[in-house]
Amino acid sequence: MYRYDQYDHQMLQDRIEQFRDQTRRFLAGELESSQFLPLRLQNGLYIQRLAPMLRVCIPYGCLSSRQLRKVAAISRKYDKGYAHFSTRQNVQFNWPQLPEVPEILAELAEVEMHAIQTSGNCIRNTTTDQFAGVAPDQIDDSRPWCELIRQWSTFHPEFLYLPRKFKIAVCGTERDQAATLVHDIGLYLKKDENGELGFQVLVGGGLGRTPMIGQVIREFLPWRHLLTYLNSIVRLYNQEGRRDNKYKARIKILVKDMGIDQYRERVELDWQHGKDGPGTLTSEEVERCKRYFVDPPYETLEDSDADVENLLRSDVLFTQWMERNVNAHKQSGYRIVTLCLKAAGSPPGDLSAEQMEFVADLADRFGFGELRVSREQNLVLTDVRLRDLPALHAALKQQHLATPYVGLLNDIICCPGGDYCSLANAKSIPIAEAIQRRFDDFEVQHNIGEISLNISGCMNACGHHHVGNIGILGVDKKGEEFYQIALGGAANREASLGKVLGPSFAQEEIPDVVDKILQVYLRRREGRERFIDTFNRIGLEPFKEHVYAQAD
Amino acid sequence: MPRLIDTNGLPVVNPWQVVPKDATLDTALALDGALLVPAALWNAHKAELQQSGRKLGVWLDSGESADLIVDDLATLPLVALNFPGFMDGRSYSTAAILRTHHNYQGELRAIGDVLRDQLFYLKRCGFTTFDLKDTVKLEDAQKALGDFTTNYQSTVEEPLPLFLRR
Repeated sequence: MYRYDQYDHQMLQDRIEQFRDQTRRFLAGELESSQFLPLRLQNGLYIQRLAPMLRVCIPYGCLSSRQLRKVAAISRKYDKGYAHFSTRQNVQFNWPQLPEVPEILAELAEVEMHAIQTSGNCIRNTTTDQFAGVAPDQIDDSRPWCELIRQWSTFHPEFLYLPRKFKIAVCGTERDQAATLVHDIGLYLKKDENGELGFQVLVGGGLGRTPMIGQVIREFLPWRHLLTYLNSIVRLYNQEGRRDNKYKARIKILVKDMGIDQYRERVELDWQHGKDGPGTLTSEEVERCKRYFVDPPYETLEDSDADVENLLRSDVLFTQWMERNVNAHKQSGYRIVTLCLKAAGSPPGDLSAEQMEFVADLADRFGFGELRVSREQNLVLTDVRLRDLPALHAALKQQHLATPYVGLLNDIICCPGGDYCSLANAKSIPIAEAIQRRFDDFEVQHNIGEISLNISGCMNACGHHHVGNIGILGVDKKGEEFYQIALGGAANREASLGKVLGPSFAQEEIPDVVDKILQVYLRRREGRERFIDTFNRIGLEPFKEHVYAQAD
Repeated sequence: MPRLIDTNGLPVVNPWQVVPKDATLDTALALDGALLVPAALWNAHKAELQQSGRKLGVWLDSGESADLIVDDLATLPLVALNFPGFMDGRSYSTAAILRTHHNYQGELRAIGDVLRDQLFYLKRCGFTTFDLKDTVKLEDAQKALGDFTTNYQSTVEEPLPLFLRR
């Protein structure tokens, strides 16, 4: 993974000192709340319902065991001994004290971590597919490109006061687990007819109040122009994006109002000045970044293992786990293992300090000391030897991290919701838990098959509910918490936005409603058709009829 | 007490009067000193303003395009860009466009809601003078201009990105 040199370290130290002084001035009454607000947000600090929340960046999901241990230590020292992994490859502390935040940032800096631009109206953490670099279906490793974007976007002086937040995703895999199409800018690595590497560039995707799928602004952008072209896209947004209404301030609204063709033309006009200028990437710089992401020292191994084969015949739990949580690897004899942070009874994405340290040890023992964080709020060991899988599985079981539900119903994506977040209309964690408990059976999960269920506690859509096959949104109706359900969303290369089923439901009704939706699917599916395929074939109506049918 | 500083944080004598947006030619010319004229007034009465013999600059409000004054940039000694609120970041881009697209070489001044914690970024975008809000302490402002020792990307102040300097 990327390692800091003296420049990266220096900038991070400068940042900590800057924020230490800003915090000091705020606490001394020299800085008004409204003036401190964007400064603290750009350092990941929210004022939440019960305490501040600090959002720490995990750049494009890459995390070392050393960094994870530091997160665990911070959660013990400054928080309540746990942390929450979010859908945007960040990790959040829910209980820090404001005066201590500069100290937390200083501790994070010891392991090359930070909270820079994890919130606020600026360019956020660039995210990617958690299998980048190891997926068998990879076009190119997205991580070096993410790092180049990280550096370009960090403290970019022109883009720290944008109309609204700005999220970029880069995807180099066929599968796309990064929800690239619903980002302000989505970048798909691709090769042109001459084999030259570049990007398909999409703009104007996003979730929130007005969800939209990104549109192609450029079919092929040669790699060396990446940063100058991004600069022009964001510059036009900075100039023309709406600032009069925060709900219409995202780039998606501007692109829609202006039309993609005009947006493209105006970006081109600006880009004529930046193209081939000093911001143009050089092969030296790309090679420099790529050197940080070379393969670990893989052994030459057979792609089969007798012990694993035996267990697959005798151990049901192991077999279920292999089926759901273990993925193919580009290297023979290796597998990608997802640690499911979705055991019923623990909020999705939460890990205790003890679990984090345990996982860090496993990463050292089985995975070259590196981990990934996924949009689905799970952790991933990307480079596990096939023959180590039995030992790894046995270890994970001890800490409730072997739940074999990856990609199944209980692998719920869920925001912190009304239990923590001051923006939320409704709670989301208890909804997730009620569903997880109701369906907590591998046979049931497996029979339903591949499906995504996403829960957001409000329109801001941190739980990505628009792009869940089943999307649940907390709404406020006259001071009471209700839940609206949408079906048919998807977050991959065939991204689609869910369609609202009908009137919303009370909290206690949700498990029954989900059950009814699944009944329709199981009745109507053809063969092993996935939920989303059945939905796309039969549409919303049969689900609606069954869910809202009057009881006799 | 002077509230105008340069990129080193040093106080600068300020002979300029900011002409309000709703001023007419007459009310503008009734003001003393060098005149910093809003873009609309400048374009409507350029000849009269120039004939007045006064020293002239132009200010653009946030959201007004550099295109409004592009033909006059070679002769304007001062262009000012307004920040109606410090959260309104449009003028950062206008500054970069004036410097890089139009090669504007004169003084570029930040006016309006100009606070300590924006100064470093303003400087990076090509601003050369800063008309500070009353609440900003001068020594704080000087410190702010050195908030970071270096930066990653290509900017007006340092066109070479870090990857070409590393």
